[in-house]
Formats: sequence, structure tokens, C-alpha cells
Amino acid sequence: MKSITKQKPIEEIQNLLQGMDKVFVVGCGTCTTLTKTGGVEQVEAMKEGLQEMGKRVTGGTVIPTACDDMTEETMKENEQYIRNADCVLSMSCALGVHQLTLYLDKPVIPAVDTLFIGVEESPGYFHEVCSQCGQCILGETAGICPITACHKGLVNGPCGGTNNGKCEVDKEKDCAWTLIYNRLKEQGRLDLMRRYQPPRNHHVTLKPGIIKIG
Amino acid sequence: MISSFEEAIKSDKFIITTEVAPPKGTNLEKMLHHIDILKDKVDAINVTDHQSSVMRFPSLGGCLAIKEKGGEPIMQMTCRDRNRMALEADLLFAYSRGIRNVLCLTGDAVPVGDHKEAKGVFDLDSLQLLMAIRQLTSGKDMGDNELDGAVEFCMGAIVTPEAQPLEPQLIKFEKKVEAGAQFFQTQAIYDLENFASFMKYARKFNTKILAGIVLLSSARMAKYMTENVPGIFVPQDMIDELSDTPKEERLAKGIEIAGRTIATLKKEALCDGVHIMAIGREEVVPDILKAAGL
Repeated sequence: MKSITKQKPIEEIQNLLQGMDKVFVVGCGTCTTLTKTGGVEQVEAMKEGLQEMGKRVTGGTVIPTACDDMTEETMKENEQYIRNADCVLSMSCALGVHQLTLYLDKPVIPAVDTLFIGVEESPGYFHEVCSQCGQCILGETAGICPITACHKGLVNGPCGGTNNGKCEVDKEKDCAWTLIYNRLKEQGRLDLMRRYQPPRNHHVTLKPGIIKIG
Repeated sequence: MISSFEEAIKSDKFIITTEVAPPKGTNLEKMLHHIDILKDKVDAINVTDHQSSVMRFPSLGGCLAIKEKGGEPIMQMTCRDRNRMALEADLLFAYSRGIRNVLCLTGDAVPVGDHKEAKGVFDLDSLQLLMAIRQLTSGKDMGDNELDGAVEFCMGAIVTPEAQPLEPQLIKFEKKVEAGAQFFQTQAIYDLENFASFMKYARKFNTKILAGIVLLSSARMAKYMTENVPGIFVPQDMIDELSDTPKEERLAKGIEIAGRTIATLKKEALCDGVHIMAIGREEVVPDILKAAGL
């Protein structure tokens, strides 16, 4: 699982940092390192960019995994640099931003947008494969999630916008239901497509999701 | 009491439906004019529901206008813009105002339209909408609560006979038939051989099939649709027929082609009727009917 992120436009970052001249930069050694949006190199480039913007960079670090509880430790180690900063600019995903705010009394500003949870299908190509809906349908759809891979999230088969295996919203994107059909056919399980899938329950876990396990 | 359209689809007559598009704005003049010239010439008139995801005056409003003029509306209902509660509520309202026919569609994707950043709802899909209407007909809502006054609709759906690959579409078609779709209006068809083979299959099911007839007004449009609109295939000889026609006569040629297609479908009893979509040129629908000998 990876949290897929994209750096915000520099103008937006500049806007978010208005009135804050001293900045401490945080990257993440896990997801944003893999997506090259918040690893060591990107943090260094950001530090340079901030200086060009006229900001003073009080320091920077890349936390091994920004969303776990070791983040507190790393923040403590960097306390003297963070103390001198007006804010922390986070190049981790939103989960990291959330975690950082738990341990810091300074504003934490995201430098990236969190797009989706995905996997790297081929180098540099990240695909959204699960929407974490709480009612996994993969057992009936040959392991391809139509909630996620179909633009409309349809569970009862393709719409009329399916076009030679591609989707009407983007010719580059596969029609999820063509993929599901092909795979079920190969497996001799097309009867699964004939099943009526009732409307989804959108409150399997009441939002916001909080759950105690064990 | 069943609707005059439901009576028609229960009879052996060759059914003719067409559609009008509500305006972008509150000036209803053009739509009302189209209703006036079409209402007595067809069995029912569809009113589109923000077609191509372009925000417009609602289908429900257009259907009421048809009712006021003594016509027979088919309310197109997509799942793109309303969750199940809003869809159910609109169905109750539509029924209370005498609308008796509903065409259930999933709806085009939001990004193909003119409100590209809007949320696509799709709480239900076309099949689940058919099932929802069945539930409302039984006197209960989707939450299983008793209704004080149920609905009774003649339900329809769509199918794309030229879709590639076809089998997934047919599986969904069969699910829609099982859900109680009494009629189908197809995506535009031009190749009658392909359509005949689809009908050979569709005839096995207890439902009525109205072939979709989209008026071609130029060779460019025909080519564009074949290349860009999912599930539409215009044969090359038809495109050539249009491009060999002088520019000012191309609309007349398109009317002739549509009329000819309808006449053949009827003569050879290939399907149960037609659904004519003139897309912005609704005023020529009577000419198409004339060209078809209807």
C-alpha cells in the first residue's frame, strides 16, 4: 500500500506560507520517497526553492515513516531547529501531516496533495486499486475492484460508455468491467457477473472511521 | 390505470418514441414548440436528464410540460446527480403529477459535461434504479418503510447493441429484463445486419425493443460518432452516401436515411418500434416519419 501524492504548485505553497518566513521541512522515507514527492532529494530541492522564495530554512529531515509513532521521536531530535521555525512544511502524505500536528505546536503546512492509495504497476505508474469501502467485492469481480477501477463505481456491469475496452472519460483508461469480464471468462466464472448486486451501504463504518481491533 | 404508452407496448403496434431536450435556462419556448409538433405523432416523448452531463432544465419539468399539453412523457432518470433518497422523492412527485413512464439510466460521467468538477453521485446504477422502482411499487421505500401511496410506472432501460465487447452489455441487458424493464430504447443503430443479429438474441426475452435512430446531418457527424461515441458504428457506405450529397441537401439525405432505416425495421419486423433522436433538430422528426411512410 502506498499513499500516492503529488506536489502542490509552488504558487500554492508560497500562498500557504504567507507571513511565515522561517520554515522547517519534513519528508517521509516511505510513500513520498517511493513516489519521489517527499524523499531526501525532493526535501533538498524544496529547501533550495524556499530560499529562492526568500524564506529562511531552519532545517529539514526525512522521517522513516511519517504516519507512525516514531514521528514524535524525530520531532524531538529536531526540536532546536523546529523551535526557530514559524512552521513545518510537510512533504509527507496527509497521514503524516496529521501525525505531525499531534506533536508540534507550530502550524504544519502540506506541500503535497494526497491523491489515492495505490500500487506501482510499472516504474513510475501508480494505480488506484482500492477505495477502502468496507465491503470487499473482489471475490466476485476476479480481484478487480469496480468501485475503484470503474469511473462511476458501478457494481452491476458496464455502462454504455465502455468503448473497445476503454472508458468514456479517458481513452487511456481501461474499462474496469471489460477487465473483470475477461478475467471471469478465463476463469469460467461469468455467472458471477449475472448476479444482482444491491445498492452499496455507504456507512459500513460510520464516518469518521474509528475502530478498536483486539 | 396504465399509461397510453404502456398500452402501446402491450399491443402489437410498431411503437414510435422520440425525445426533446430541455433548455439551458428558463426559456422553454423551443422545447414547448417541439412538444406541440411531436405529441400527436408519436406514442411517447422522452425528456432527457442533463444529457451528456450538461446542466439543463430538469427532465421532470419537461415531462410536466408534455402532460400539460396532453402528450405522453417518458421521464429519463439518471443516477449521476441524485442519491437514492432524491431519486425516490422525484419518482413520488412524478407519479403524483401523472407521469407514468420512466427510462432508467446510469448517466454519463460528470467530466464529459459542463460541470467538470461536480461530484458524480452514482449511489445507484440503472439496474438498482429499476429495482428501486419495483420496491416503491410494492408500497415500500428503499429503507423498507411503508409508503402512504405507492407508485406504478412503466419502466424502461437502454442497451447498446454495437458495444465492444458485446457480451458484458448483454449480461447487463438480461439483468435489466429480470429487474422488470418492459421496454428498451437502444443506442443508435445504423448497420441493420448487426442489429438483426442482436434482435435474434433479444427476441428470446419478454420485453419490447425500440431501435435507436439518430438523425445524421453530415458525413462529418457520422464519422465523428463512429470514432468518438462509444457503441455507435456508422457503416462506411452510409458515410459515403452523405459525403456524396451536396452540402445543402445533406440534412434531407439524413432524413431519408433515417426514414429508410425505420421503414426497413418495420417492414421486416426486426424490432418492436423505434426511438428517434434528432439531437437539436427535433422539428424534422415529422419529416423522418413521413420518409418512413408512417
